[in-house]
Amino acid sequence: MLILAIDTSAVASAALVSDDAPEGVLANFSTEDTRSHAEVLAPGIDAMLADAGVTGADIDAIVTGVGPGPFTGLRSGIATARTLSYVWGKPLHGLMSLDAMALEVAESTAAVPEFLVATDARRKEVYWARYTLADGQLPRLVDGPHVGFAADLPGLPAYGAGAGLYEDVLRADPDFSSEQPDALFLGQFALARLAAGEQLLDSTPLYLRESDAQVPGPRKRAL
Amino acid sequence: MNRSQPLVLGIESSCDETGVGIVRGTALLSNTVSSSMEEHVRFGGVIPEIASRAHLDAFVPTLQEALAEAGVKLGDVDAIAVTSGPGLAGALMVGVCAAKALAVATGKPLYAINHLVAHVGVGLLQRDDGGQHPALPDNQGALPDNLGALLVSGGHTEILRIRNITDDVELLGSTIDDAAGEAYDKVARLLGLGYPGGPAIDKLARTGNAKAIRFPRGLTQPKYMGTADEPGPHRYDWSFSGLKTAVARCVEQFEARGEEVPVADIAAAFQEAVVDVITSKAVLACRENGITELLLGGGVAANSRLRQLTEQRCSAAGIRLTVPPLELCTDNGAMVAALGAQLVMAGVDASGIGFAPDSSMPVTTVSA
Ligand SMILES: [Zn+2]
Repeated sequence: MLILAIDTSAVASAALVSDDAPEGVLANFSTEDTRSHAEVLAPGIDAMLADAGVTGADIDAIVTGVGPGPFTGLRSGIATARTLSYVWGKPLHGLMSLDAMALEVAESTAAVPEFLVATDARRKEVYWARYTLADGQLPRLVDGPHVGFAADLPGLPAYGAGAGLYEDVLRADPDFSSEQPDALFLGQFALARLAAGEQLLDSTPLYLRESDAQVPGPRKRAL
Repeated sequence: MNRSQPLVLGIESSCDETGVGIVRGTALLSNTVSSSMEEHVRFGGVIPEIASRAHLDAFVPTLQEALAEAGVKLGDVDAIAVTSGPGLAGALMVGVCAAKALAVATGKPLYAINHLVAHVGVGLLQRDDGGQHPALPDNQGALPDNLGALLVSGGHTEILRIRNITDDVELLGSTIDDAAGEAYDKVARLLGLGYPGGPAIDKLARTGNAKAIRFPRGLTQPKYMGTADEPGPHRYDWSFSGLKTAVARCVEQFEARGEEVPVADIAAAFQEAVVDVITSKAVLACRENGITELLLGGGVAANSRLRQLTEQRCSAAGIRLTVPPLELCTDNGAMVAALGAQLVMAGVDASGIGFAPDSSMPVTTVSA
């Protein structure tokens, strides 16, 4: 099974993962910056497909990170994934973006049985979720995703750029203090869960915050 | 690529309409629009984040419907065109990402298009059966010489000169603060008339006396206007924020005196102030720039008084006015496709997929 995975919940990234490829990865790319997704995502995917010699017809499914993440960036990936899925006629699945980093933690030597993943939610808040990890298993989401102040999070080891930003109040793992969700791990997680016969999410974005728009109150009368 | 009668798919997402339109050369095949207007009603104005969320969910269904209505397949399309600016940054981003993904998935060339110039592109459209659209001028698939465009909507208010729609467009004047449609929305809220403000004020104004109150016409003082030979800094520009404040003061004064607020008169006087200053400056810009053909575009083209006064003043000045059918005046994908087809026919290179949406794209950039 060949999956095209896309995540723009923080940086823009995409990957081709396959259970036939060595280490499961055919190709991948990611950007460092979190604000130019509309510019760089499509060229990145186009070049990645060309380099890997893969066309839309070869792909079995598309997986997109559904956040949480800053809204405009998050939509870039979902809009791209939905359109590719429609044109190529391939199934589209969603996966919570923090799961990607949970898998990266699980595959590292830093893994612990219970931990947090946190990314930057801007406005002095983080997006976060709590995972448990048993030997030889995929990480299991037990709480979240949420958005909130770092100081209000449970006192567990915390991984990701959101933890790194608030290392004064979180038990941030230094090796992960600038890590962001990456389509590479997102795709691998999706592949493992689909292989285990599990259902994934649909592509509905997890905004976690309302639009911020205020319904205007009645106008103050002069008298 | 077929450069003589190209099949072009256009995508629009610069404000609160998700539009996909398809044209073949100058023939209009389909024009599908999904609007999030209803979702903005309780806020009294377009909320960019809500519009962006709606674009994301509306895009694929709108695309499917436009293809079905035109009876074409994506594989048949010669080129894709998308609004890349000006507009709301987050909203533009959705259409641009979707358009780029379409280009990646189909291998078709992509044109990044200026929304304002696209409004002028509808002046070139003809009906699919080869006949003229009843409300479209006898355009023979070409734009007239000495062409200007007056665009009035909730997002913009501009007067343009078009020497060549694919590479020579000039901004003669624009609003320096609120768009005219935005002023309508704000005043409608002041008067408790709901959203969108344009139709509500237009309707109520018919029962009011426009001469009962006189509201200011922004940027009309000599220091802004100057003379034809020595134009002032805002000779063809508009400003509506002072007008909005004047309406608020007026309402407050009636309330302070404990009098009933004459809502219909205020609506009529406000509308007269907007329409008077828009049309007088537009006609002035036309006369002083040799423009003899004027195209009216944007959602406020639906306003009955704006149409009436524009017609009256254009005809007095010897300017031929064209008002396209309303569904082509408001934001839509067909106008983007129409301009895209012009670029293809003119042999202009595609934009590729590396461009960035530009929320303040100037009209001198017809395509990126
Ligand atoms: Zn417009």
